[in-house]
Amino acid sequence: MAIRSPEVKQLTEIGLMAHLFRRAGFGARRDELDAAVAKGYEATVEELLHPEAQPDLDYDLIWRYWVDMKEARQIIPAQSYWVYRMINTKRPLEEKMALFWHHLFATGFAKLNHPGAMLQQVDMFRQHGLGDLRTLLVELSKDPAMIFWLDNQTNTNDVHNENYGRELLELFSMGIGNYSEDDAKNCARAFTGWTLKNPIPGAQPYGRFNWEFDFRSDLHDYGEKTFLGETGNFDGADIIDIIVRQPATAQFICRRLHNYFVSDVPDQAAIDELVSVYFGSQYDMRAVMRTLFMSNAFRSSDAYFARVKSPAEHVVGIMRMVDDFTYPRWGIQEIALESRYMGQDLLNPPSVEGWHTGKEWIDTGILVERVNFAASQIGDIDKPGVRAIIDRLRPMGELSAEALVDNLLDLIGPIDVSATTHGALVNFAQNGGPLNLETAGRAGEERVGEILQLIVATREFQLV
Amino acid sequence: MAMATSKKPPTLVVLQLTGGNDTINTIIPYADPLYYDNRPNVRVSEADVLKIDDRFGFHPSMASIKPFWDDGKMAVINGIGYPDPNYSHFRSMDIWYTAQPESIAIDGWLGKTVKELDPKAENVLTAVNFGRGLPRALSLAGVPVASVAELDSYGLLTSLASVDQRNSALEVFSCMYDDGLNDDMVKKPLQHANASDPMSQVMSYMGQTGLDAQKGADILSSAVGKYSSTVKYPNTPIGNNLKGIAQVKMAGLGTRVFYTGHGSFDTHSSQLNAHALLWKDVSEAVAAFFADLRAHNESDDVIMLMWTEFGRRVKDNGAGTDHGAGGVAFVLGDPVKGGMYGEYPSLKEDDLMIGNLKYNNDFRSTYSSILERWMGVEAKPIVNGSFPQHAFV
Repeated sequence: MAIRSPEVKQLTEIGLMAHLFRRAGFGARRDELDAAVAKGYEATVEELLHPEAQPDLDYDLIWRYWVDMKEARQIIPAQSYWVYRMINTKRPLEEKMALFWHHLFATGFAKLNHPGAMLQQVDMFRQHGLGDLRTLLVELSKDPAMIFWLDNQTNTNDVHNENYGRELLELFSMGIGNYSEDDAKNCARAFTGWTLKNPIPGAQPYGRFNWEFDFRSDLHDYGEKTFLGETGNFDGADIIDIIVRQPATAQFICRRLHNYFVSDVPDQAAIDELVSVYFGSQYDMRAVMRTLFMSNAFRSSDAYFARVKSPAEHVVGIMRMVDDFTYPRWGIQEIALESRYMGQDLLNPPSVEGWHTGKEWIDTGILVERVNFAASQIGDIDKPGVRAIIDRLRPMGELSAEALVDNLLDLIGPIDVSATTHGALVNFAQNGGPLNLETAGRAGEERVGEILQLIVATREFQLV
Repeated sequence: MAMATSKKPPTLVVLQLTGGNDTINTIIPYADPLYYDNRPNVRVSEADVLKIDDRFGFHPSMASIKPFWDDGKMAVINGIGYPDPNYSHFRSMDIWYTAQPESIAIDGWLGKTVKELDPKAENVLTAVNFGRGLPRALSLAGVPVASVAELDSYGLLTSLASVDQRNSALEVFSCMYDDGLNDDMVKKPLQHANASDPMSQVMSYMGQTGLDAQKGADILSSAVGKYSSTVKYPNTPIGNNLKGIAQVKMAGLGTRVFYTGHGSFDTHSSQLNAHALLWKDVSEAVAAFFADLRAHNESDDVIMLMWTEFGRRVKDNGAGTDHGAGGVAFVLGDPVKGGMYGEYPSLKEDDLMIGNLKYNNDFRSTYSSILERWMGVEAKPIVNGSFPQHAFV
């Protein structure tokens, strides 16, 4: 009756590598894991940390077949484009960091009504997501989607709008309780005049062409401001200089990184280790992430499957597992919509607080959706990724129910399951007796597909 | 106050007309010259209007539901909206979903309603949505909602081809999710989770969720088996969804809130044909739905709200209409006191707001009326304020 197996197996080399790829990206198939293990863990981490050294996607190909994605005038093509990128990127950490910053600097399409602006913001996260925090926060403050989302285009020296100034401190960098009301007001003053414009003058001010940042000095409050104990004629960039120096900022950002990449359960010692690198590296996210992936906290069995998968990770992970949509083909929109059905409408978080994570990703309706989607994909034995799994089993000859289940748990992850789950899966696998894929033909392969469906239906599979 | 007249608790069906239904081609002011002036291209000719009095009439495609009006079972809520109209589908829908026009909110009015009706989530089927995903109207942390694409095939592991394999798989699913805890322990999972492993609390929670989902799916699929009817529904998506709702309602599973939608009513172009077909599909499906309920004596505890996120521009654009304000909503069913509620907005240019109809009653009034006068739930915390109520129920 184990609720969770108290003895999680020691991480094997493959297990650790699979864990790294699930966290730093969206998972890897066994052939990809074998190649990475050959390179070694540290070398693989270094490669992940330098996405710029890997090729980008072939845009000509994408836009030739999915014309609607280039202009992205509608939300669903924009979401589909991002899902396609997550599935196919050769720069997984770049994409995962973009998703992380999208979670944290939550900006919602529902208010913008401008998918292009959202994609432009996510692209900015790709460019600066592994850089230094100061630059990222400045770029964020200049990002037209963010400006419109938090009304900063109406923040002028005549009439202040504190929305961005406040949320920057409360939700994006320091956390509530670490600054005063006056700090929030002065922060807002510093960002007056940071507005946006349409590159096509005249016509609709907020038309569908991609907006640009515009600094209006005539709307800026050049006066003296006191912020977190320092005084000066600060503008937005000066404020950010002060913000990134604060211990509260380091704790906030590192806690969020730990929560997203290491575990749903906070670990102050691990977070403090990241904080120290944050300062030592002058707020460099690449350095922090290197420490994170190399840390004992990350590589321990405590971190193994210690997060509930977000819908995007669940959907993209399954598609990578079955190795589908490796080129632009019909049907990507339905895949992107699955994340919406599971409660994560990409590019459209419900509010500036972002999505609620951890066990809040799961409820009865959502669980049905997650299980059914994953099962329908993995149960299709003609998908290349499933074929690859079957091909690895075939040379093993006759497999008992237990061997079959253990091998599949290994090849699909590896994934650890509790004794209860394991027993139930073996029970199911026993229908039909031992299996020899060399002689069993298509019916034997169907059996494998069915067991895989049960595996992705487990509780354990909802974790990452 | 017309609470359910039978022992059955009051049930609400919400039908979302997605995209912004064109008010003045739905409830047509056929006697107003301004209608013809503003709609040179996108108009219904007077001869085709289904007149209800000497000023207004329905779109001809609404023939199947006109009897509700004739029998006094349809409330038409004219000029419905909210201050400072928003012309973005997504934002305006969110405003209606969360009953919060002034700021971005995340809790749905129906999610909050379900929480009031079933605070301990004892029945995972208190709210059932027919459609994919969950509209924000039903969203509230801790409130389970089943989203059914097709009732006939609803359930877990529907991708398992053979019935035998599926049944076997579902048994296995139960085993995998069942921590072997008896009822008492299950209601307090945190007590029995391994305190030194917080993830085990998550696993316990998922265990309970999985079993609830399975129970819900089993119970829902039993509704199909219990159903028997001679009423024919149109074979359209809305027809199928409303039939599913009828089946679940009549199976007596304790569902209090049903949700579904039809669209797209966003008729910027080709409006005449599109709007006609949309209303034909909705009307025929709604008529079949109530005919089915009535044939089984199951209609005295149900009302239906049909709403849309905004009306459309008074002047047509040549082939269609653009986003507007001042919409129309409907509440229908046997317990309803039919009639015109609110005021039909004026088409006079001076009375318009940037070319759009002005609203004269807040949608939160309609919500409040439904919540307090029908569902028996306090409205103020759900709609974030006090609003005058309509007496349609």
